[in-house]
This record gives sequence, C-alpha cells and structure tokens, in this order.
Amino acid sequence: MRTEQNTFTVSRRNFLRTSALAGGGMLIGFNLFTACKKEATLPKEVIDFSSLNFNDFNAFIKISDEGYVTIFAPNPEIGQGVKTSMPMIIAEELDVPWDHVVVAQADYNKKEYTRQVAGGSQSIRQGWDALRQTGATTKQMLINAAAAKWGVDASTCKASNGVITNANGDTFGYGEVTKEAAALEVPENVALKDPKDYKIIGTDAINVDMDKIVTGKPLFGLDYKKEGMVYASILRPPAFGQKLKSFDATAAKAVNGVIDVIQFGDKADSVKDQIKGFMRVTDKVAVIANSTWAAMKGKKALNAQWEEEKLESTEDHDKELLKILDGKKFDVRREDGNVKKAFAEADKIIERTYESPFLPHNCLEPMNFYADVNGEKVHLVGPIQTPQWSAGYIAKMLDRPEEDVHIEMTRMGGGFGRRLYGDFIVEAAEISSTINKPVQVVFSREDDMGAGTYRMAIKYRIAASIKDGEITGYHLKEAAVNSNMYGLIPHFFPAGCIANYKVETGNYQSNITTGAWRAPYTNFLAFAEQSFFDELAEELGKDAVQLRIDLLQNVKGTQDENIQYSGQRMEDTIRLCAEKGNWGKAPEGVYQGFCAYYSHNTHVAELAEVELKDGQPVVKKVVAAVDCGIVVNPTGAINQVQGGVLDGIGHAMYGDLTFTNGNPSARNFDNYRLIRMQETPQVEVHFVENGLSPTGLGEPGLPPAGGAIANAIKAATGQRLYKQPFVKYLNQELKEVKG
Amino acid sequence: MPNYTLNVNGQSMSVNVDADTPLLWVLRDELDLVGTKFGCGIAQCGACTVHIDGQATRSCQLLVSNLDGQKITTIEGLSENGDHPLQEAWKEVDVPQCGYCQAGQIMTAASFLNNNPNPSNEEIREAMQGNICRCASYNRIEKAVAIAAKKVS
Ligand code: FES
Ligand code: FES
Repeated sequence: MRTEQNTFTVSRRNFLRTSALAGGGMLIGFNLFTACKKEATLPKEVIDFSSLNFNDFNAFIKISDEGYVTIFAPNPEIGQGVKTSMPMIIAEELDVPWDHVVVAQADYNKKEYTRQVAGGSQSIRQGWDALRQTGATTKQMLINAAAAKWGVDASTCKASNGVITNANGDTFGYGEVTKEAAALEVPENVALKDPKDYKIIGTDAINVDMDKIVTGKPLFGLDYKKEGMVYASILRPPAFGQKLKSFDATAAKAVNGVIDVIQFGDKADSVKDQIKGFMRVTDKVAVIANSTWAAMKGKKALNAQWEEEKLESTEDHDKELLKILDGKKFDVRREDGNVKKAFAEADKIIERTYESPFLPHNCLEPMNFYADVNGEKVHLVGPIQTPQWSAGYIAKMLDRPEEDVHIEMTRMGGGFGRRLYGDFIVEAAEISSTINKPVQVVFSREDDMGAGTYRMAIKYRIAASIKDGEITGYHLKEAAVNSNMYGLIPHFFPAGCIANYKVETGNYQSNITTGAWRAPYTNFLAFAEQSFFDELAEELGKDAVQLRIDLLQNVKGTQDENIQYSGQRMEDTIRLCAEKGNWGKAPEGVYQGFCAYYSHNTHVAELAEVELKDGQPVVKKVVAAVDCGIVVNPTGAINQVQGGVLDGIGHAMYGDLTFTNGNPSARNFDNYRLIRMQETPQVEVHFVENGLSPTGLGEPGLPPAGGAIANAIKAATGQRLYKQPFVKYLNQELKEVKG
Repeated sequence: MPNYTLNVNGQSMSVNVDADTPLLWVLRDELDLVGTKFGCGIAQCGACTVHIDGQATRSCQLLVSNLDGQKITTIEGLSENGDHPLQEAWKEVDVPQCGYCQAGQIMTAASFLNNNPNPSNEEIREAMQGNICRCASYNRIEKAVAIAAKKVS
C-alpha cells in the first residue's frame, strides 16, 4: 500500500483521493468514517494538494491494469462477515464482476488509517453510504477518463461489469483508463444506483477466506510465524484478588526448550489508568521458550507464591446485588410520567427478579499476539478488534511515537467482545521489549478462561402496575457488577409504549475484570424483559404476540430522539415471525414461545418450539424474523442470525461461571459447557423486505433467543425460569413438579 | 532431544522434540502445518482433529513418542486440490463464521463418512457432537456433512 504518489487529485468534499501507481493501475483512498459523518472533520477547501497525504484514509481500492480490483477491507474480521459484505457494497456501485474482486485485510498504521473497530454491529450501518459513494465516484472517474480519451461527452458513456461503452459501441476495460482516471478531478454528487438494479448486493457471496479455511492455510493470529520468534506463556494469579509474592523458576528453567523466565508488568502498570477495570497489571511471570509446548510446560513447572488482598465469591456478589435491588441507591436512566402514582393506584402489581452469572467469551482461538519491539519499530501481528486503542496505549507504555507502531491484523478465531480488550497485545509488547526478541504470547485455554474480561453478573428487578386490564406502569432496576447498561438501552422497548416508565441502575465494584460480551447487557436483559411480558400477557389473559403489538401502537410517531426503535418496524417483524412460525397453531406436543427485541439498530423476533422428551424440554426449532434493512449478503446474514440464535440458546441454557474466593469455577471445556450439535435446533431465518439502509447483524440475533426458549419451556413444562443457566434451575423445578 | 520420523500427509518427516510433546505442537511449531488448531489442549473441543491411519484423533492428547509409523493426515493433506467432497460441501453451504473450528470439523466428518458413508441425520449429529463451534455454525455443518455424504455414496 505504500506507493508512489505521483499524481494527486482531491475532491473539495475531500472524502476520496486517487493516485496513479508507478507499476500501473490506480489507487483510491477514502475515509469510511469521515465520509459518512454529517460534518466532515477535514478542511472544506483544500488547495494545497501536497499538504495532504494518505494519512487521513482508512480504506483503499486498487484497480490494476488488467481491471482487477483489490479492496482493502478496513474492519477487522471476527467472523461476522464484514470482510465479505463491505467490499460487496463497493463492487456494486463500482460495477465490477464480483469474481474480479480480491479482498485483503488492511493493516493498522497510524499513518494510514483513522478509526478501525469491529464491535457493536456498526460496521455495515456506518459504512453503507460511504462505501456506495466511493464505488460510484470511482466508476464516474473511470467513465470520465474514457470519455476524454474518446473525445466524447461523458454523459453518452456507460459502465457496467468493468467495461465502459460509448454511443458508438467502442469499449474500454476499467484497467485501460486507470492512469488517466487517477489524474482527473474527483467528481461530486455522483448518483447512486437504484436498489432494484443491484447485481451483487442481495446475492450470496461466500466467505472470502473460504478456500484457506477449508484447506488449513495460515490465517489466524496463532498461525503467524517469523524467523527468530520465541514463544511466551504467562503465569498470572490463579484467583482474582491475588498478587505475586515470590516465585522460583529453577524447575521451569530446567525444562527443555525454555530460554528464560522473566517477571514483567511494570511497564503496563506505569500507564495503567487506561486499562483499569479490564486488565490485571499485577506483576506476572513469563516463560520464554523456543516452542509453544516448552513454554506451557515451563509455566506448569513454575513455583509461585501468592499473596491475598480481597477474594470475592459468587455468594458475596449475589448478596451485594440483591442488596442494591432492595435499596434506594440508583441512577435514574429514564423516567416518564409518574411511576410511583401508577403503582399506588394499581389493581395489581407484578414484580419479578431475574439473575445471571458471569460468562467467559471462550473464543475458540485463545488470546495471542506477536510482538517485535526493536529500535526501529514496534511490529505487532494478531487478532484484535481495537487496533487504534492498542497502538496508542503501547506507544505510551514504551514511550515511542505512535508512528513507530504498526499493527497487522489477522483473521480472528472469534471475538464476542473479548478482543476489544488489548491486554494480550500489551503483554506481548512488554515482553518483547524486555527480552529484545520477537515473541508470540499464547494463552492456554486455562489462561483464556481464567483471565477473562467476563460478561458481568447482573440482576434485574422488573415490576409492572396493572389497572383496569391495562399496563399502566413499568419499573426496571438493574444491579450489575462493575458497570451498567449504556447508550440508548434504557430507551429500548417498552420505553414510549407505557406512560409511566422508569429505568434505574446501580452497581457493585468488584476486582473481577469484566467487559463487553456479544450484545452487551441486552444478551440477558432481553430474556428478563421478554419473559416478564409473557407473564404479563398471561396475567391479562391476552395473546403474547398481540400484547406486544398493542403496546407498540403507543410508540408510533414518537418525537423522542432517544427512542430509536420503530413501533412499525417492530410490529412488521413480529407479524412476519408469527406468520412464518405459525404462532398459536402448534401441533400436539409442540410448545411455542415468543420473543421480540430491538438492539444494535436491528429489529428481531424469534419463535421457539419446544418438545418434551422424557419429561425434559428439548428446543427443536427456532423461526427468526429480522429487519436489518437491505440484506447485503444473504448467505452471510443467515449464517450470522443462525449463529446468534444458537449462541443465545447455548449460553442461556448452559453458560455459567461462578467464583469461590476469587477462583473461577471453570478454566477449560471439561467443566464449562458450550452448546454442541446435538443440542441445537434448526434455525429458520426470514428477513423483512423494506429497502431501508442496512443495519448490523453480528449481535442482534442473540438477545431474543433466551426469552423465546424460556417462554416455550414455560408453555411445555409450566415452569417459569428466572435464572440462567436454565439447566441448573430447570432440573430442580421439574423434579419438584414430578414430585 | 530424541529424533522421530513421522509419516505426515504421505511424506516422511523428521523432528527433534521431547517425547512428551503432543502431535498438535509438532505439527504446528515444528512442521509449520498450522491448519490443525489449538482450542483446549485436553481433548474437549476437536479443533486439533487429525487422522491416524484414517481415524479421527485429537492431536493435542497424542504424544509424538506414541506414534509408531502410523499414517498421519492433517487438513492440509486431506485432498490434493482442496476438493474433498466435504471441502466442496463446505463451500457450497458457506459454513464458516470465524472459521477457526472448521478444519477440525472437516477432519472429524471425513473419518466419520469413511466409516459410515450413508448416515442418518441423527448419526451425523452424534458424530459431530465432540467438535465445538463457538460461533455455532452447527446448522450448516450438519447440512454440509449430509450433502457430502450424498456426494460420497
Ligand atoms: S485442542 Fe485438542 S481437542 Fe481441543
Ligand atoms: S466458525 Fe468460529 S468456531 Fe466454528
């Protein structure tokens, strides 16, 4: 990507810049996030071209002389498919055949990129306009270049499938005019395609890394190798709340292949303000070896003593969180009407408490990173969702200019929020800078599960007041470990649907590190809220789907800017799901549960079917309806929703991490249960067709799953579930029922 | 360190490693065959599945010193051109999400289909039970194995 910049062309709006390449072809740089923001942060009038370089751009397209297009995908791929779907949008407007497009992962370098984060299902939503603009503008430049070559008016020329045609039927391939196009002024206000003319968007494009994945080619962080690289395995305190007292490395150093044993953590500690809460900076011990196995073996041979500060257990958390719910210390996050009055005047009040455990992320590829810190540069390679944060932090920690830090992003063996936190990349950099060697830090599964940034344990207490057969008030309290719901979550359904409404939050500060976990907060909140509504429907003698639709009428036309879910879109999604899933028409022995939830700008409804096998509920099928606007890549979209639903079911059913004196209850898959194939229902996915701008899919399929199966399990067994994981509590309750 | 001669993907390869080194790390660190993945190290996830004389085996629990001339096949050697019926089915169904577990899934399925070319859906679900897919691409794995079975038989 470092290329000769012999011609410069910048549009006044300045979101795109082109350059001819010395070796032939052209390069287009654009800024995904500036281009889609309402106000550009770059100067409006740019005269001095030489003052601009490619620093401001975070994405690139290269068109070769042969007309082949390489798109450098700026967003890290964590399995959510953006590495395929984002380039599809560019290719659509550029109008090139998809098989002429090669997609490469862009590296992170402060010089060349601005913001790169994969998280919050925002990649497609934020990139939609910018990607289309870029494709369309580039296409227009190529047309203009061809027209100039022919000496005809550009408006008489057309481009399609990588070929420009004039009125006489003469043609140029894109590759034949790149040199001229790169020298032209960037046109403005180029018209975008009518969605009905789409040829690539809306068609199935398989995962761009497919061939490498199925043949086992190097692709992931752990697959990266460099001449002279050594391996590091890190010993951390086994329990949260412990600190290293002393260690004896004699036995570890005697292990064949072990090169050195070092204590580290001081450098990270010196700038720890930024990592408070998610990274443990107590001094750690790294075993450096010439193979992964030797490093792991060496670590096992270390003899360390720990000193204890404050050791917490799940019982303490339960007590503290319930105390918060019973108490009065809350932050009010949204309040409408007068909840107190509504409750005082109610015919009946229903109040329920919902409880969830901690959850580890368990990305199948354990955390790892390669670092080579030397006098010249800081070279980092591996799977990370937040390269920009990491680069800044590491520069500060090592006292180096940020320009020295270069991060190459590999494909990630799962993210789920874990790779938003750069503890492992910081560790790799610190170790490399200490031993002056390129090093790959490798977490064992035990390290990965035992030193997590877990989904925090949360409890919700939800109460509703009922008067004259209507829900008049709704009061939700959240008590969570470390941090509370963020952003617009307090304004999600049923905000705007119930006149007297209040959401309050409180938290308990723990030394157990916690952070974002796929669909933060809503991954559990959706279950709590939607089970509660199921119970309300029962109480009111209403159909569960109808109750939701009735309530949604109240939010239609709202002027409240905080309410971003749409009553109409939610209703359409619910209706589609109910229709496709035959709501209310289950055959004998099949029990249905319904759930609808909006998150990450996407509306989703799910209907679960449960059957009883030897008295135990088995989830057989889930029908999901999704409104994510235009579906860019249907096969990828369905994959995301299916995965999200099954992930949601798996964690609601089995996910459980508790603590005893700071020790997590599980460190590997022998005592941590993840969903496996025999527990999976078939997931059928339907999309609402409304032609609106696309929204994200990496997360929104997950939250409704827990609620849908809980409601179906209730229908099948008569048991209401209030705590996750369901298996833990379901068995007991069923046993009671059976007597 | 002792020397071991291994038969990997039809080739004879020699390595100097400790006797207690699991095959997984020999493949990944010594032979640069990184298609076989590390997921748990305790035979619980299936990411490290290879074939030993055609049978699916977890390489993280198999010590290099316990291999005695057996034929080792890794994902890299499953087919010459990446066109094993399972690899073809995987592309057709667009199975992977993050992709990390998929080599292990394919290796498990390949040995299963060798032993049972005409499986029922229930048999497929049972055979694949030992392989975790954290992204939960299970519906598509199930479908792709069924499609490959049709291609094989
Ligand atoms: S790494 Fe061998 S089974 Fe998980
Ligand atoms: S595709 Fe990610 S673990 Fe299976």
